[in-house]
Amino acid sequence: MSDHPPAHSTLGEHALEIRSKNAGPFWVTMEAFMKDDRGYSIAADLINETTVAALYAVSAESVQIFRIPALNVVKISFPRPVPQGSLCDRDIHAGQHHVPLAGLAVRTPQHPGVTGGSATGSL
Amino acid sequence: MTITTPNDHAQQVGILVPAGMLGAGFDPATIERGLSLAPDVIAVDGGSTDSGPFYLGSGEAKTTADAVARDLRILLRAAATAHIPLIVGSCGTSGTDSGVDWVAEIAESVSTDDRLDLSIARIYSEQSAAELTEQLRAGHILPLPPATELSAETLASCSHIVGVMGHEPIAAALRQGADVVLAGRATDTAVAAAVPLLLGMPPGPTWHASKIVECGGQCTTNPRSGGVFATIDRTGFTIEPLAPSAACTPTSVAAHMLYETVNPYEMREPAGTLVVSEATYEALDGRRVRVEGSRFEPAEQHTIKLEGARTCGFETVSFVGIRDPHIVANIETWAALLRTVLTDRITQTLGLTSGDYAFDVRLYGHNAILGNLDPDPRPAREVGVMLIVNAVDQATATAVAKLANPLLLHLPVPGMAYLPSLAFATSPAETERGAVYEFVLNHVVEVDSPTSMFRIQNRAAAHV
Repeated sequence: MSDHPPAHSTLGEHALEIRSKNAGPFWVTMEAFMKDDRGYSIAADLINETTVAALYAVSAESVQIFRIPALNVVKISFPRPVPQGSLCDRDIHAGQHHVPLAGLAVRTPQHPGVTGGSATGSL
Repeated sequence: MTITTPNDHAQQVGILVPAGMLGAGFDPATIERGLSLAPDVIAVDGGSTDSGPFYLGSGEAKTTADAVARDLRILLRAAATAHIPLIVGSCGTSGTDSGVDWVAEIAESVSTDDRLDLSIARIYSEQSAAELTEQLRAGHILPLPPATELSAETLASCSHIVGVMGHEPIAAALRQGADVVLAGRATDTAVAAAVPLLLGMPPGPTWHASKIVECGGQCTTNPRSGGVFATIDRTGFTIEPLAPSAACTPTSVAAHMLYETVNPYEMREPAGTLVVSEATYEALDGRRVRVEGSRFEPAEQHTIKLEGARTCGFETVSFVGIRDPHIVANIETWAALLRTVLTDRITQTLGLTSGDYAFDVRLYGHNAILGNLDPDPRPAREVGVMLIVNAVDQATATAVAKLANPLLLHLPVPGMAYLPSLAFATSPAETERGAVYEFVLNHVVEVDSPTSMFRIQNRAAAHV
């Protein structure tokens, strides 16, 4: 990745890995493992309860976010909208639900040296 | 070694975890390597809720008997050779009594074949709805988020209910002289924590190490490499992979606290809460990591988590592929028409009302997995249509699927000048899935004793 990424990129492009998984039958949890401090700043600013609620059609109050700078990780947990294994559950392990998160648009500053604070998300 | 009393003189305790799950397989050489590190126990998980409600609902295992026997043969020999206990948790995937008996019969058969002199204990964790109803009425059952209040009807509707044990029943079985402990549903961590706690290791490092090892190689740089070895002492623990080619790094170890957990800093056990927010992770060399600073806060009230599943009907599935570009370009219109026409036909032909059945139309290749959440608007080249029908009995579910058959074969979109014939994947198109289940409990029971809900059955060596 260059020092001057395009004006629009996705969160996934700044990450080593973005993954999702059940945390028991009634919760889903996701982690964004970011590449570096700069990627972490982008994720920490971009991901909040409102962003996640809009991405996954859940209530913002149900979303828990953990920002872990030591690992360059932002972790998200919320109750599964559909319980595991029910008729309308299309992802038994919730292992494919990271894709909307990874696709979050990042508006990156054109001038280097500014990290965080300017990243915004949209669908 | 038979553990009968706590040993305050142990300076460190080694745990050999051969794999993330019994029956998943591992390289026997990794067990040899683990034995050379002088373990005090071999611990392995036998299941989880991760694969869905079917296994608890039906009491059937996800693994095959051959795979379990293969792993047990190696582990029982290793335990007998090293004179250390072997502990298996959540036997038979969901930890039902039938799952414990299934693993125990395999273990006894292997033990007899190989002339191993081992005392095998079974710990049953299945709970009766009647007894739990008494606890419910006494106000001892509380919901965990996002669950709500429990009703006696919900308890009674479960085909199986298990209590999730902590380390205490396992420790009790070891104190009674068991060489092998085959536990029903247990926390992932309890199987590894029982022996270190029995030997007087501090609970903070013990529970943290037990969480890190619970998925075997998942905490290493190569999760498919097999198991791991943890050494717990008075101030922390050290962890390394069993496979020489794999490595534990501070990041790979710390990151495992995130895996399948809601909260990465705190984890509740029946006896209290593991807190790792102050934990430090230090590389000792290229493949070993030292962890210190983990704490365990004892709870004022012991709680046992409940898991329960019940049948929620029978299912029949049909699958058809669509390549016709015109239909694929209008796939949402086609699916909406399918739903409408099928619902009408069910009403007219079978006389069913909406409470008698339900169906789901999934458009694989279009948006089956994420539905309206999918951010990618690109059109598909082909679409796989899965129709899943749920009804109170198998015959009704299949009758609905059969009514859908001509529609799945020939339904056009409005305005098409020809009758398409779509691509069924199989003949017959319908597959009966049998009974299906749902998880309905997400509650804890407040208990006076951490062992009272579990039943230990100890048998002396079975061989003659």
